[in-house]
Amino acid sequence: MSILIDEKTPVIVQGMTGDKGTFHAREMIEYGTNVVGGVTPGKGGGRHLDRPLFNTVKEAVKETGAEASITFVAPAFCADAIMESADAGIKLVCSITDGIPAQDMMRVKRYLMRYPRDRRTMMVGPNCAGIISPGKAMLGIMPGHIYLQGNVGVISRSGTLGYEAAAQMKARGIGITTSVGIGGDPINGSSFLDHLALFEEDPETTAVLMIGEIGGPQEAEASAWIKDNMSKPVVGFVAGLTAPKGRRMGHAGAIISAAGDSAAEKAEIMRSCGLTVAPNPSEFGSTVASVLGA
Amino acid sequence: MDVHEYQAKELLGSFGVPVPKGAVAFSADQAVYAATELGGWNWAVKAQIHAGARGKAGGVKICKTYHEVREAAQGMLGKRMVTIQTGPEGKPVQRVYVEAAEPFDRELYLGYVLDRKAERIRVIASQQGGMEIEEIARTDPDAILQVIVEPAVGLQAFQARELAFQLGLSIKQAQSAVSTIMNAYRAFRDCDATMLEINPLVVTKDDRVLALDAKMSFDDNALFRRHNVADMHDPSQQDPREAQAAEHNLNYIGLDGEIGCIVNGAGLAWATMDMIKHAGGEPANFLDVGGGASPDRIETAMKLVASDANVKAILVNIFAGINRCDWVAKGVVQACGNLDVKVPLIVRLAGTNVEEGRKILADSGLKLITAETLAEAAEKAVAACQGKLQAA
Repeated sequence: MSILIDEKTPVIVQGMTGDKGTFHAREMIEYGTNVVGGVTPGKGGGRHLDRPLFNTVKEAVKETGAEASITFVAPAFCADAIMESADAGIKLVCSITDGIPAQDMMRVKRYLMRYPRDRRTMMVGPNCAGIISPGKAMLGIMPGHIYLQGNVGVISRSGTLGYEAAAQMKARGIGITTSVGIGGDPINGSSFLDHLALFEEDPETTAVLMIGEIGGPQEAEASAWIKDNMSKPVVGFVAGLTAPKGRRMGHAGAIISAAGDSAAEKAEIMRSCGLTVAPNPSEFGSTVASVLGA
Repeated sequence: MDVHEYQAKELLGSFGVPVPKGAVAFSADQAVYAATELGGWNWAVKAQIHAGARGKAGGVKICKTYHEVREAAQGMLGKRMVTIQTGPEGKPVQRVYVEAAEPFDRELYLGYVLDRKAERIRVIASQQGGMEIEEIARTDPDAILQVIVEPAVGLQAFQARELAFQLGLSIKQAQSAVSTIMNAYRAFRDCDATMLEINPLVVTKDDRVLALDAKMSFDDNALFRRHNVADMHDPSQQDPREAQAAEHNLNYIGLDGEIGCIVNGAGLAWATMDMIKHAGGEPANFLDVGGGASPDRIETAMKLVASDANVKAILVNIFAGINRCDWVAKGVVQACGNLDVKVPLIVRLAGTNVEEGRKILADSGLKLITAETLAEAAEKAVAACQGKLQAA
């Protein structure tokens, strides 16, 4: 099994007719993802990439039974697109968009809480590379060929660092159940913790790799949860040892502004909670191999 | 994005937060003129830089005559001011703010932050104004008052009232404080701020509150809808290389090391820097060229990194997802043709179209050092930087 998505999950693409939406929708279809349609307001009734187009997410859900959505929508309008999906009953929204204002995300998070737990939308991202269950389906922008299907779950804030890990694992013949990019923004739809819980329940996942970065409390929260709840081994890493304090480094969320935000402090918290910490970013593959006993 | 104190106060003033009367000056003459316009016989002359702790660095002077105002402005303008928050190179002082100084009884602290854990706006207040909030948090954490704002309804008057009375204000003072707390919240929300600090918020002798100093930072991602804030940008307060990079939409942060880095993706960029350090070197910069890097973009990035006099080797590390290795390779070849790169160049390509990319580099006849893995790339960059490795 995998978490979040597999080859059967019906997917719609919000913003499918734009350049980026078109390019990545095509890549996702080629990878085997069950893309059932697209949403672009004003283009409903037409077709794109041999799939039907709809004006609203509600119509798309009604006609196609879509359960997951990926948004290729400009930052100014993306919060709106995510809330539209949540209201239409979409179970999983993945937002690739980089540059959504933090206060918009605050409102989105508050909006998602309106719904009872059993019909609440899981959001992944924004500012992320997406989700891939290798060999099954991809809801994102990653190069699919670098992932091998297997038994390790991966959660990463950074997209490219997730690629680096997948490539190192593939070189050792280690495969992945699902790789989730949770994104580099200060407020994300879901955190390490949400996905760790899913991997803990997934019978096929035997170990998890979590790749964090400087800034924010999520790595520490996840580590504390792992200590108390996780039966499977977890490998951790925190990027940004050389980052100076108080400077935003690329990702909007990657800034050392409070105690416990630095890479060294977070790695120490991980160690104290029983995670195996990869000594440097070229040893993702070897460290995962060591906890698997391979 | 950060703004100057006077800009933050103008903005807060427009939302109804009481601020002292003041005027910005770009020269000593203007400073004296501002003092005459403001009237009275007590002024504060304050250096405008994007950093705090100015008082201890001589960046705030209380003046009682026009002559003192002139001397204070002359002493600050055109200089670089070094405070504990600026780093050793300091920040240039190009503007001073002249304010009418008012006597006051008490100094309070009022702050607003975007709390990442709560995913809400948090309002922080303390009776110990004038001190750094981190210092209060360390020495007397119970003295810090806090309320969290529910995003669906915004800050409520009762929350502001609770803070005001916990600050020990009289009913008359509390009325002024409640409207100030509410108005500053509106400024924070309506301008997409990420941080607002009024320290100190003073209580005047006639029972009003007044924002004596103000610091604000704004969400870069929201500047598209906050033109009034975007217009306050002052590039002089930025590292010149960073300002140049920003013009080309490149994400660059200058550091002190000797190995220039050109990487795609922020995470891989830090990992590259971490590996350089692990291999015994020091990175000269953070640089994320982003997705969809065209040959021209790679050339611009190389030009920028090569312009840093400290750089003794350049490491290009691309793990292509949306990017294409053949494009990156073309960019490297194009840059080497157009620029006179005198330092060793180490290139590691992986991901989409990697074979085509490697072939372009091999066929170019350029003297490059290539690497296949992240570890190999970092080790070779450090060796080349130390003169222990040359291109074959």
